[in-house]
Amino acid sequence: MLLIPCPWCGERAQTEFAYGGDATVERPPDPARVSREEWLDYVYLRDNPRGPHLEWWYHAAGCRRWLQVRRDTLTHEVLGSAPPGERVEDGSG
Amino acid sequence: MSSQPYRKLEGGLIDRDRPLAFHFDGCVYTGFAGDTLASALLANGIRLVGRSFKYHRRRGIFGAGFEEPNALITLREGNRHEPNLRATQIELYDGLTATSQNRWPSLDFDVGGINNLLSRFLPAGFYYKTFMWPGNAWMFYERFIRAAAGLGRAPLRGDPDYYERRHAHCDVLVVGAGPSGLSAALTAARSGARVVLVDDNPALGGSLRGQSATIDDVPSLAWVDEIAGVLAGLDNVRVLTRSTAVGYYDQNLVAICERVADHVAKPEPHQPRQRLWWVRAKRVVLATGAIERPIVFANNDLPGVMLASAVRTYQLQYAVKCGRRAVVFTNNDSGYACLSSLMGGGVPVSAVVDSRPSGPGDAARGVVEAAGVELLCGHAVISARGKKSVTGVEVMALADGGNRVDGNARSIDCDLVCVSGGWNPTVHLFSQSQGKLRYDPDLTSFLPDHSRQAEVSAGAARGQFALGACLREGLEAGAQAARLAGFTPPRDLRPARAEDAPEAPLQALWVVPLPRGRRGKRFVDLQNDVTAEDVALADREGYRSVEHLKRYTTLGMGTDQGRTSNVNGLAILAQLQGSEISSVGTTTFRPPFTPVALGAVTAREVGADLAPLRLSPLHDWHARVGANFVTVGLWLRAQYYARPGEGMMDAINREVLAVRNHVGLVDVSTLGKIEIQGRDAAEFLERVYINRWTNLKVGRVRYGFMLREDGFVLDDGTTTRIGENRFYMTTTTAQAGPVMAHLEYYAQTVWPDLHVHFTSVTDQWAGMAIAGPRARDVLAIACENCDVGDQTLPFMGYLECTIAGVTVRLFRMTFSGEMAYEVHTPSDYGIRVWEALMAAGKEFGITPYGTEAMSVLRIEKGHVVGAELDGRTIPADFGFERMQKKDADFIGKRSLERPGLAYGPRKRIVGLTSENGRKIPRGAQIVWNPTAPKPVAMLGHVSSTCFSPNLGNYIALALLEDADAYEGKLLYASSPLTSSHVPVRVGHSVFIDPEGLRPRG
Repeated sequence: MLLIPCPWCGERAQTEFAYGGDATVERPPDPARVSREEWLDYVYLRDNPRGPHLEWWYHAAGCRRWLQVRRDTLTHEVLGSAPPGERVEDGSG
Repeated sequence: MSSQPYRKLEGGLIDRDRPLAFHFDGCVYTGFAGDTLASALLANGIRLVGRSFKYHRRRGIFGAGFEEPNALITLREGNRHEPNLRATQIELYDGLTATSQNRWPSLDFDVGGINNLLSRFLPAGFYYKTFMWPGNAWMFYERFIRAAAGLGRAPLRGDPDYYERRHAHCDVLVVGAGPSGLSAALTAARSGARVVLVDDNPALGGSLRGQSATIDDVPSLAWVDEIAGVLAGLDNVRVLTRSTAVGYYDQNLVAICERVADHVAKPEPHQPRQRLWWVRAKRVVLATGAIERPIVFANNDLPGVMLASAVRTYQLQYAVKCGRRAVVFTNNDSGYACLSSLMGGGVPVSAVVDSRPSGPGDAARGVVEAAGVELLCGHAVISARGKKSVTGVEVMALADGGNRVDGNARSIDCDLVCVSGGWNPTVHLFSQSQGKLRYDPDLTSFLPDHSRQAEVSAGAARGQFALGACLREGLEAGAQAARLAGFTPPRDLRPARAEDAPEAPLQALWVVPLPRGRRGKRFVDLQNDVTAEDVALADREGYRSVEHLKRYTTLGMGTDQGRTSNVNGLAILAQLQGSEISSVGTTTFRPPFTPVALGAVTAREVGADLAPLRLSPLHDWHARVGANFVTVGLWLRAQYYARPGEGMMDAINREVLAVRNHVGLVDVSTLGKIEIQGRDAAEFLERVYINRWTNLKVGRVRYGFMLREDGFVLDDGTTTRIGENRFYMTTTTAQAGPVMAHLEYYAQTVWPDLHVHFTSVTDQWAGMAIAGPRARDVLAIACENCDVGDQTLPFMGYLECTIAGVTVRLFRMTFSGEMAYEVHTPSDYGIRVWEALMAAGKEFGITPYGTEAMSVLRIEKGHVVGAELDGRTIPADFGFERMQKKDADFIGKRSLERPGLAYGPRKRIVGLTSENGRKIPRGAQIVWNPTAPKPVAMLGHVSSTCFSPNLGNYIALALLEDADAYEGKLLYASSPLTSSHVPVRVGHSVFIDPEGLRPRG
């Protein structure tokens, strides 16, 4: 079970969080103007990288804030976290 | 009672003043406090303890700890019966009852033993090859095969004991309290770190309890006692004995199973039987020791063949002689420690058979010479002799570096064979932590290499078997762990001292070759009856990877997970393939290290405590009037209120008719309630709902759909504008949590520029709906300071007023289709307001109604719930396409433009009426003709079904394709599962008041 550093609450057990998916995906600001392919990509298509990955987590049983977590999908190592919109400093450059 | 003929008169760590009686297979024996079941059985001369898994061969005690593959027994009786426990780990208590397994009718005479005679026809993979034909025959055969092969039987009755779960944090967790672990724990503790020290055994000391050594010039056990005393006196140390670290998970989370009361007949009333600890440690020191490995030879499974270290442990710790005359067979110097304990304990040794041509190192050689025992260097035991147990061994000279035997076989009488093939560090937890192993050809074992987590292995766990070196390594590991956890170890650290005699190197010898023409079963895996020949067969048949070998032969499976067999199996495979062991690799080590009772995993979360129970603030009132309750998710809700003499359907029909004809009151407190505030609150709602919100006036309620980004409905509900920048949202009971997370996600991550905040107030507000033609009359009496007429409170209007002195939120909206209001009040005043409404409604015949009547009312009205909003439906499926805004974006809008959602064909909601007066089955498929040859085209499905007392018939809501074309047609609701096929007439989904006049009335 992971330890996730919540930017507001500190390190907390994974059971307090809900996984929220890929945090590198951005909602198109004006969905009406994007092509069908772009919309399909946004709604359905996700990369499944091996190694560091930026993810959304929701501190459901804590402060109820969404946070970005950089996690290594191979080792489960949690490399860093940040509030939405901020850069995740993870020492990996 | 027997007299323990194999018990020594002196020595050992047992208490001869406390004799304990126990039962094994119905016979009564005695042992002493401090015994394990295994040591007590051996003291009584019981050598046969079980039958093997497949061939039903006679098996005896092989080891002395968790490595034991053979001595699996069933402990206790009745509902405390527990199968497949290792006798070597069961502490003896007075009255203990144990039975052997996998034998019938008795252990000594077992019918299944015929498998042994047929064993030529039962090689590895036999079942796979034989019973797979014809097609699904395995399903038939499996029952019989499972009954014949196997371990103990699972208990049938409920477990009377309870279990606990505890979470703990520490700076340094030390696993194993042998010489390395004790040194590490003491050093870390003296550095000021919070230390948890875990050991499997009832007392500290690990391997030191089964050997005689000197540490710091005192007997090693005196040293152990001193350290144990120091640790017990430190506030920053928690020592867990009888506790096995069973799982090593991400970020140094270690699961530890503490056997709190397994060493007594039953737990004290205040005690759990076991406690599962989840310890999160900053640093972990793995001082898990090593497991001795046997050498494989013919008939090596006969009772009387034992690990040399186990024999030594029984001699020294339990004062038990494992036989009357022994042969020691070894390929390394550690086997000689067994020799001295045997000689010192009065068991003569016929010979020491050492596979190494040059024999042992000087110290070991001195032991042999002092004992005057014959030493056969460059020899090997090729076979054990005996029918019921060992009566002797055959020994031959080895040639070609152990690849061949040579010369004449010599027979040596003995009833005990002590085998040592070297040591395997206990790397299971290290591997679970994702650490990488490397193969060490000198030690012929796998050692920890690269760590993935904040841990370090010390002592025998990393291949350092000499006592003095273990003491030093433990100290260093403890100091390093403390330092890395932020503590400063004291400057005067000094490792405890022990002399380490130099040893001659081990010779790699896994399996003793058989002379030409000789047959004999050479067991690699005793628990799973896997022989060296089975490994060769698997290799020949193409199961060449270790993972395939394991699955084909079952090598390394079972309760011992191949602790004494894995490395031998790998080595044999490598030999066959002419490759290095390092390139063959190991199978994956998975938790748990030893089996864990499911009770310990689930702990207190059983029965009614399986999940938290949520109660409405009005619950006590429902209970007081004798409501029947139903579980809805985590909630317990009032289902119906049966009057004396009424059945369930009577009560539901009465409640429904009361609402349609008079007035009813229902508890809707379980609805999700969310307060939304901020200057962009209306704009935010505009984006999450499909309909328009910025134009909603203060004091008005609006109904809306929320979609997911893929266009499907997430939830429906109402939101009320309480103030300019303040809204009050209700969600369905089931979707309260997901909707909250959905709103937070979009507000925080997609549109962080919007000023809007959410607070879940589900628990803060009690909700009740008052519905029926007389609802307004009741409110007119109940409301103290306001007019509830159409002018001040029109349909979909909102105001605040006072009932019973309590300020309430009053909404005019309907779920039942009648004129209806919802009254929300702070939870603590819920019952007060409810009772006031009941009192005010008395003259109108107000009737409390439950979830069943509520459901009937909404089906009659065609209102949708989760059964219809099932993640596959869009607003248009319910006729709400005109609710969708055209001119602005909302979540899911773009996806609704996809052809499949925009142009169909799609199923739409319809109402079904039973044509033959029978109930329309829940979940039924809608078909043209239920008797047509299969497959039948499925036109739709029934989503909600009920009996409508207003229509006097069974009705249902369904999602049906081509709904307009089927209007008025006869179709069938078909449920092959329940063999019910009901003719139904397709109609409009709103059965009652289709013009919607009543709520506005």
